[in-house]
Amino acid sequence: MRWLMIFRIALRALARNKLRAFLTMLGIIIGVGAVIAMVAIGEGAKSTIRSQISALGTNVLIVLPGSNVQGGVRAGTGNVNTLVDADARAIARELRSVAYASPVMRRQEQLIAGNLNWGSLAQGVAPEFEQIRDWQIESGRFLHEGDMDSAAKVAVIGQTVARQLFGADDPIDQVIRIRNIPFRVVGVLAGKGQTGQGQDQDDTVMIPYTTMQKRLMRITFVQSIVVRAVSAEKVQEAQEQITLLLRQRHRIAEGREDDFTVRNLSDIAEAAQSTARVMAVLLGSVAGISLLVGGIGIMNIMLVSVTERTREIGIRMAVGARSKDIMLQFLVEAVVMAGTGGIIGILLGIGSSELLKTWAQWPTLINPSIIFIAFGFSAAVGIFFGFYPARKAAGLDPIDALRYE
Amino acid sequence: MSEVIRVQDLQKIYRMGDVEVPALRGINLTIERGEFVAVMGSSGSGKSTFMNIIGCLDRPTGGKYWLEGEEVASLSADDWARIRNKRIGFVFQGFNLLARTTALENVELPMMYNGFAGKERHQRAVEVLNLVGLGQRQDHTPNRLSGGQQQRVAIARALVNKPSLILADEPTGNLDSATSNEIMGLFQHLNSDQGITIILVTHESDIAEHAKRQIVFRDGEVISDKPNNQVLAHVEA
Repeated sequence: MRWLMIFRIALRALARNKLRAFLTMLGIIIGVGAVIAMVAIGEGAKSTIRSQISALGTNVLIVLPGSNVQGGVRAGTGNVNTLVDADARAIARELRSVAYASPVMRRQEQLIAGNLNWGSLAQGVAPEFEQIRDWQIESGRFLHEGDMDSAAKVAVIGQTVARQLFGADDPIDQVIRIRNIPFRVVGVLAGKGQTGQGQDQDDTVMIPYTTMQKRLMRITFVQSIVVRAVSAEKVQEAQEQITLLLRQRHRIAEGREDDFTVRNLSDIAEAAQSTARVMAVLLGSVAGISLLVGGIGIMNIMLVSVTERTREIGIRMAVGARSKDIMLQFLVEAVVMAGTGGIIGILLGIGSSELLKTWAQWPTLINPSIIFIAFGFSAAVGIFFGFYPARKAAGLDPIDALRYE
Repeated sequence: MSEVIRVQDLQKIYRMGDVEVPALRGINLTIERGEFVAVMGSSGSGKSTFMNIIGCLDRPTGGKYWLEGEEVASLSADDWARIRNKRIGFVFQGFNLLARTTALENVELPMMYNGFAGKERHQRAVEVLNLVGLGQRQDHTPNRLSGGQQQRVAIARALVNKPSLILADEPTGNLDSATSNEIMGLFQHLNSDQGITIILVTHESDIAEHAKRQIVFRDGEVISDKPNNQVLAHVEA
């Protein structure tokens, strides 16, 4: 018997019980739709985290001052002022696992240019910061070593700051006032956009860390040091070496606690990514279970259908249908239901993930391969759950089937 | 005349738990092409079992069965399906048409299982529906047809693949006597004008009167096998 004919017989049988066929398909529709939508959510979360991580810079370590322990009272991170710029220079100079190191001071400041003002994040950094965080320069230049030595009153501004204070004008060589101190703009950074948490990375102004220390904060220590390891494999080594070096430099006796902490961003990244992965697997498996339940629904209805149509099966056998023909007829019916349900489910899944994207602002991402996988899987569910009822139909004895009331 | 059916020492024993119930105890018969045979007997006489075996629906426990010279009792289930499709047409007491399927499609059904092209199938189905006098009602579904009309559709379905014989199992059992006579008239017409071999199972002697030969079963054995002189005389006259 030709495939086209089997197909027509199956479609006609389904058309006779439209509501039942639809309800049976609904299980698959919901299952496949859920798989597509859930995987889209999972993938979206993963790609968001990936972009967050790349926004942090790759292979980056952060050295923070440790906690001050005095008479058993531990004051918390950042409470000591033992970390100095010489530490940063020593890290960069002495450790072969480290490519760059830069002190970083950060403070929220009010910027004034002409008659406009704008609150932004002021960062005191060294020239190496450009490489550590992969900043690009759009016009002008970044800070250089000379600026550090002289604690020069120069600034490099981000895209957002340039737009807010200078509009369409060229900001180069214009003056920005921070706490009444005039800074000359020497460069504009290329745009980086938002971080995953929605923080605008371009809303910043960078000045020499020495200037920040002496003129704005009046301190001699640094708030943190960011370090870039030479490669991803060397991050761990760099972390250990920095710890050793700083203990030595800070003269910390054996057995005493560090007065600093070295944070490895790739640890954080990995943790975040594995969380996302676990979530994706979890969502995917919940959706997979609902697809399985849909498959069981198909099997259930097919079994009912075989019983109901026992007489029809008997008639078909009497007029010359082989077991194989009967088997194929019921199997194709199951697969048509599962496949149609799969297609509708795919559309539903794509639709709902688009809705989540536009209405709930969830970063969903549809991987084209998941569409094929979901369709293939639903067809496979049809074959798997259709097989037993079809075999039951094919195995009927024609005499008994004809006599069945 | 050539042989259509020959059975030799045909036996069938049903096993119910430990008890063996013999349904056929060694039947020997030959049916020639063009015959119209009535198989008679009360229920439990073995006539239905005989029909099932002749119709390649059931396997004998012992003995041999040749259909047009081919030993078929030992063939595979798929071969049997092919034989039922091409060489045997069934007519049942309960009509056994597919519900919610038009008369035409019901008649086309056997041809779906032997690869007829759509157009040819349609033509042939219309042809046999005309032969049984239902050409005007080909698009009606069984629930819109009378019992007699439904049985005509079933006969058309049995004829559509040009079988060697038609097996009719109590074809008038669900019909009133006037309609029964019409259907029997149709069988007689098919037998005498088209030369189709017909085997009819019935327990009503007045129905059996339409056949040219009457075989009576009792307790799994043939107790009488004789020509129906009345009909033969009528035909010859």
